[in-house]
Amino acid sequence: MNKKNKNNFTNDQLLKFYEKMFLIRKFEEKAAQLYGAGKIGGFCHLYIGQEAVVIGILSSINSEDTVITAYRDHGHILARGVDPKLVMAELTGRKDGISKGKGGSMHMFSKANRFYGGHGIVGAQVPLGVGIGFAHKYRNEKKISRVYLGDGAMSNGQVFEAFNLASLWELPVLFIIENNKYGMGTSIGRSAAGGELYERATVFGIKGEKVNGMNFFNVSESAIRAREYIEKNSKPYIIEMDTYRFRGHSMSDPGLYRTKDEVNKMKEIDPVLKMKETLLNDYKIQEDTIKDIESDIKKQIKDVEKFSLESPLPDLKELYTEVYL
Amino acid sequence: MKILLPALSPTMETGNLVKWLVKEGDSVVSGDILAEIETDKATMELESPDDGKVEKILVKEGTENISVNTEIALLKVDGEEIEEIPEVSIEKSPQVSSNGSEPLTTEENISMNSLLNQTKENSGEKNWSEKEISMREALNQAIEEEMKLDKDVFLLGEEVAEYDGAYKVTQGLLDKFGSKRVLDTPISEHGFTGLAIGAAMAGIKPICEFMTFNFSMQAIDQIVNSAAKSLYMSGGEINVPIVFRGPNGAAARVGAQHSQCFISWFSHIPGLIVIAPSNARDAKGLLKSSIRNPNPVVFLEHELLYKEKTNVPEDNDYLIPIGKGNLIKEGKDVTIIGFSMSVQRILNALPSIEKLGISPDIIDLRSIKPLDEELIYKSVKKTNRVVIVEDGFGSTSFGSHLSYLIQSNCFDFLDSEIIKVSGKDVPMPYAENLEKLALPNTDEIVSAIKKVSYIN
Repeated sequence: MNKKNKNNFTNDQLLKFYEKMFLIRKFEEKAAQLYGAGKIGGFCHLYIGQEAVVIGILSSINSEDTVITAYRDHGHILARGVDPKLVMAELTGRKDGISKGKGGSMHMFSKANRFYGGHGIVGAQVPLGVGIGFAHKYRNEKKISRVYLGDGAMSNGQVFEAFNLASLWELPVLFIIENNKYGMGTSIGRSAAGGELYERATVFGIKGEKVNGMNFFNVSESAIRAREYIEKNSKPYIIEMDTYRFRGHSMSDPGLYRTKDEVNKMKEIDPVLKMKETLLNDYKIQEDTIKDIESDIKKQIKDVEKFSLESPLPDLKELYTEVYL
Repeated sequence: MKILLPALSPTMETGNLVKWLVKEGDSVVSGDILAEIETDKATMELESPDDGKVEKILVKEGTENISVNTEIALLKVDGEEIEEIPEVSIEKSPQVSSNGSEPLTTEENISMNSLLNQTKENSGEKNWSEKEISMREALNQAIEEEMKLDKDVFLLGEEVAEYDGAYKVTQGLLDKFGSKRVLDTPISEHGFTGLAIGAAMAGIKPICEFMTFNFSMQAIDQIVNSAAKSLYMSGGEINVPIVFRGPNGAAARVGAQHSQCFISWFSHIPGLIVIAPSNARDAKGLLKSSIRNPNPVVFLEHELLYKEKTNVPEDNDYLIPIGKGNLIKEGKDVTIIGFSMSVQRILNALPSIEKLGISPDIIDLRSIKPLDEELIYKSVKKTNRVVIVEDGFGSTSFGSHLSYLIQSNCFDFLDSEIIKVSGKDVPMPYAENLEKLALPNTDEIVSAIKKVSYIN
C-alpha cells in the first residue's frame, strides 16, 4: 500500500526520481576519480549532497520549461536528460563532449533539453535567466524559466537588478537559491548580512519561501506550489533551498573552512540515502527493486567512463570554429 | 531686453522655432512660456527671463536652423529703454559651435554627402530612392524597418520609449510598436543587458540601447563573458543575436566620465562584431545588417554625428555588408584611415592636405571587427604611406593594432613609418580649449601627412 504523498506521485515515478538522484551521485563520484587520475582538467565543481534540490525541482517541471544555472552544473544537465556520456566526455575535453570539448565542466548547454548553461561568472546567469523568462512571455509561451543561484551569488549586485526587472515586468521566473552554506571557502555568516537570503527578493515584491533542500519530498512540494503560483499570477517566485555540499567547492579545495564533524553530521541526512530509506520504509518498495536500479546505474557509469576516455580529442581545426555564426 | 535662442543641450548648435505661445503686446511674467524650441534632442519650452511686455517677435514660428544666440524677440521690461530693432537674417547668422571645436562642415570642406554620391557611382551600387536625412533619422528608420519585418526584434534601454530616446534616435517607436516591444528599463545596465542577452539566447532579437557607451562599462562582463563567448563555449549550440547600440566617444563638454571611445575595448574581444559608422547612409545600412546578424554586434554611434545629413536609401532591402570598408576618396599619395568621428576630422583636414599638393586615399573603415584588410592593403600598396586617425586614447589602441597589421602585411611597400593620430592619454577635460586639445585636430593630421610624405 502506497503512502499518500502530497504530489500523488506513483511508486514508479518516485523510483525514476530516485534513479536520477543516484545517477548524479555516481556520475559525480566517477568525475572525482577521473579528476584525480588527471583525466579531467581545470575546475570541477561537484554536486554531491545537493541532489534532492535539482530532482525535487525536476518533479514539478514541464518538459518545455527552461533551466539555467552557474558553474556547478553537472547535476543540472543530467537532470534535464542529457546523455551522461556527452557530459562526461565534455569533462574529459573530448570531441564528443556536449560542447565539443570547448566548454568544459562549467559550460554545457542543450537547447533540445531546454538547458541554457553552465555559466562561470557568479551571478551572471541570473539576469540571463530573467531574459529567458522575458522571451517566454514575449512569445506568449506557457513556460517557466528556472534560474538557479548559490548563496554566494545572493550578494552580487546584478542579481538584485534582475529581481527588480523580473518583478517589474512580471516575468515567469522561478529563482532557486541553492544555499549550501559556503561561497567557496566563505561561510554564509561571513558574507551575507541580515536575515534569510530569499527575503532579499521579497522586498521587490517577489513571493518566496525557505525549504529543506536535503529532502526530495519537501523540495518537490515547494516546487509544485511555486509553479502553480507563477502560472496563476504571472509573477516570479523564489525558493531558498537549505542544502549542503559534501565535497569541496572544487576538486582543489582543502576544506579548511569547515570541520569534519560538521560534514559528517550533514552526511547523516544524505539526500540520496534518505530518499532510499523513505522509499523502503514508507512506500514499501522492495529492496531488490532499488538494488536493480542502482546496479544498472553503476553499469551505465562504467560505459560513460569508457566513452569519455575513448572519444578522441577535438580536431585542431575546431580552434577557430564557432567564434561567429 | 533681447531674447536670444538659448543652447538647450550640450551639442545644440541650431534650433527650430516650433511655436510662439505669446504674441506682440502680451504681458508676461518671469517663467511664462514664450515659445517651443526644438533642439537636436527634444522640444523644449522657452521661459520668459523677466516680467514685461512682448515688444517684438523677430523670428517667425516654423523657422528652422536658427543659430544659438540669435535674437528671436524683444521684451519690454519696466525701467528699461527699448533697444533698436535689429535686422535679422537667419541665413547669414554666424555659425556657433556649442563646444567651441571646429565646425563639422565649412564652405571650404568637402561634404560627406558629395563623397558618398561619388563612391556610390563608382561602385555601381543599385539606384535606390533616396532622401537626405540625419544619422539619428537614419538609425530610427533602420530600427523601424527591421521591427516591422521581424516581430522578434524588440528594443530596450533607458528612456527609449516614453521619453522618445535621450537623443531622439528612438523617437516615435513606442507609438508604432507598443510597450511590449519598446521597453523603458530602470537604470540597471548590468541587469537589463544580461536580461537582453538571455532573451537572445532564447531566440528573440534585442536591440539593447546604452544611453551612452560609457554606461556599458557597468555591463561589460555580460557583453564579454555571456554574449561574446556563448557560441564558442557551447560548441555552436547557443548563439546570441543582439545589437548593443548607443553613442560612443567624446560629445561636447560632458567631462571625463561621459567622453570616451570604446572601440579598442570591444574590438579586442573574439565573438563580438564592432561597427562604427561615420554618416547617416552607412548608419542605416549597417544597423539593418547588424539587427539581422546572428552574432552579438556592438554598434558604436557618435553623438556629434547624429544631426549630420546625407542621402539615405529608403528601401527595406538597403543593407551594407558587415566587414566592408569604404574608399570615400580616391587618391595616390597617402592612405588616411578613419572611422566614426575621425572620418569627419580627416575631411576637415582635407583642404589643407590638398594645398600641399597631396592627393590621399581616404578609407572609412565602417566595420572595425571584422576588418576590411583587403581594402586597406590594396590602398597601402598603392600609396606606400599611412596615417591612421582615431579619437580613442592612443595607448594600446585599435590604431596601434591596425598599424601592426599594415606593417606585417605591407612591409615591403612602406616608404615611411606609419603615423597614428590618436586622442591624448588623459581623462577628457571639461574646459573647452583643453577638450579640443585632447582630441585629434586638423594640425595634427596635416603634420602627420607631411611627416609620412617627407615634407618639411
